[in-house]
Amino acid sequence: MKILVALKQVPDTETKVKVAADGKSLDPADVKWITSTYDEYALEEALRLKESKGAEVTVVSLGGDSVKDVLRNALALGADAAVLLKSDASDPLAVATALAAYAKDKGFDLIFAGNKGMGGDNASVGPMLAELLGIAQANVVVKFEVTDAGFRAEREIEGGTEVVEGALPAVITAQKGLNEPRYASLKGIMAAKKKTIEEVEATAPAGATAVIALVLPAARPEGRKLDGDAAAQAAALLNALKDEAKVF
Amino acid sequence: MILVFCELKDGKLRKPSTEALSEGRRLADAAGKPLGALFVGASTAGSADAAKYGADAVFTVEAPHLASYSSDAFAAAIAGAVQAKGATVLLGAASAMGKDALPRAAARLGAGYAGDVTALAMVDGKLQATRPVYAGKAFATTAFTSAVQVATTRPNVFAAAEKAGAGATEALEAPAGDFKAIVKEILAKGTGKPDLTEADVIVAGGRGMKSGENFALLEALADALGGVVGASRAAVDAGWGLSHGIQVGQTGKVVSPTLYIACGISGAIQHIAGMSSSKYIVAINKDPEAPIFKLANYGIVGDLFEVVPELTKAAQAMGIGVH
Repeated sequence: MKILVALKQVPDTETKVKVAADGKSLDPADVKWITSTYDEYALEEALRLKESKGAEVTVVSLGGDSVKDVLRNALALGADAAVLLKSDASDPLAVATALAAYAKDKGFDLIFAGNKGMGGDNASVGPMLAELLGIAQANVVVKFEVTDAGFRAEREIEGGTEVVEGALPAVITAQKGLNEPRYASLKGIMAAKKKTIEEVEATAPAGATAVIALVLPAARPEGRKLDGDAAAQAAALLNALKDEAKVF
Repeated sequence: MILVFCELKDGKLRKPSTEALSEGRRLADAAGKPLGALFVGASTAGSADAAKYGADAVFTVEAPHLASYSSDAFAAAIAGAVQAKGATVLLGAASAMGKDALPRAAARLGAGYAGDVTALAMVDGKLQATRPVYAGKAFATTAFTSAVQVATTRPNVFAAAEKAGAGATEALEAPAGDFKAIVKEILAKGTGKPDLTEADVIVAGGRGMKSGENFALLEALADALGGVVGASRAAVDAGWGLSHGIQVGQTGKVVSPTLYIACGISGAIQHIAGMSSSKYIVAINKDPEAPIFKLANYGIVGDLFEVVPELTKAAQAMGIGVH
């Protein structure tokens, strides 16, 4: 089996977001970059399939030289090969098009990715990639197995999960709960240093969207503390919610 | 035309779809364009209700093989309707189905996509979307260059407004059943309660809850207020047996309820990212310095194990709640 895992480098979740001078992008000062958390579940699922069924796992990411950290980390965790698609594309359709151009004709049975890239939060590259390749998809997946007929996935929906069955090849996007990602071993880290990262000029079209402004949320109005014992606080809160906020 | 992909449940228009339709009506008026509502399924009974939310036309794609959701079949049906009707804007709710089908339909149309948007406008004849990024730590405004523009609207953000539309129904041709993947079964929790992303009231617990069993206190309060229970990452990762599905925050759900009651949650930046767009925030925490109080409209410094049962009791006595 051949598996591709698409990884995205994103700002750490602890990042305090500051807007850059251009007014439309993140100020990169003091930002620590990590692999998007959902992509870690995607990679882990691929590695588990490699161990249980035998598979060749390739990881791919779009970006510049800094993205090699993400790819190197994936190699340390157990990926067999890593590809950097050199591109500054950020529009989801452009990214999906570049990934599709790379993956097409390479015979991948499964393509895993996070259900969204943390930060951009568009949750769209997975389904776009599936459409561009003309293959099946299951998104926000919390349970996955390869079956005789193809795959069976459980994905999160409102108030529960739904079971999706489909044919391979397929794009599967991972959600928290799918698995518990491993840590890299020292041996893996050492071995990853010796592996080469293939660099390819990406074929990304001009974006169909562009971010034209980035602003911080408006500050919330100052609140107030409710005094007294627990019963008094409870009564004061319900009255405030009823009479001031008119929630009820 | 502005086309809105709508969802039915048990023959009724889902609330997030009424919100998307209402916003579609507002944009259609601003742009001087007609508003169409699109339904896909084996039966689209109930689709006529779209006219109550301003739809000038109701389009149905009905076929027995569309009884179960299939991302590729639904995306083909949706993209087909956009092309058949010459729609330039396609909207839908940022629901589980909307977020699955609409990006796929967008790729089929060569269209740009903005997900989970909280504000929309028509600028020079094209859609412009404002959406939370970095899980709500910032808001990005997205402009489109593609001829067709696609967006999904975050539930609980846009007001559903009833406004009568002509609502003439037209059946469109269903795509052939070339299903690459299809839903075989729904494993519902069976609580009958709304999903976190659609709930009006959320009672959430953090590390201060001390155990999974103690979440029963929050369940009781949520029941009294007509709400649902959420949890911080610290609580979900503590091994208390809580479902990942109730996690609120950057690696969980991003929610916008009318009322968010944070119990024993300190307010880590990644949790705040997931709930700071709630209309009213209440914090109950014994640490007066907890960062969550900076966000709270109402703060209670106290022992949640005393305050929460008092709140439940008082809410029941007062007979209040969003029901």
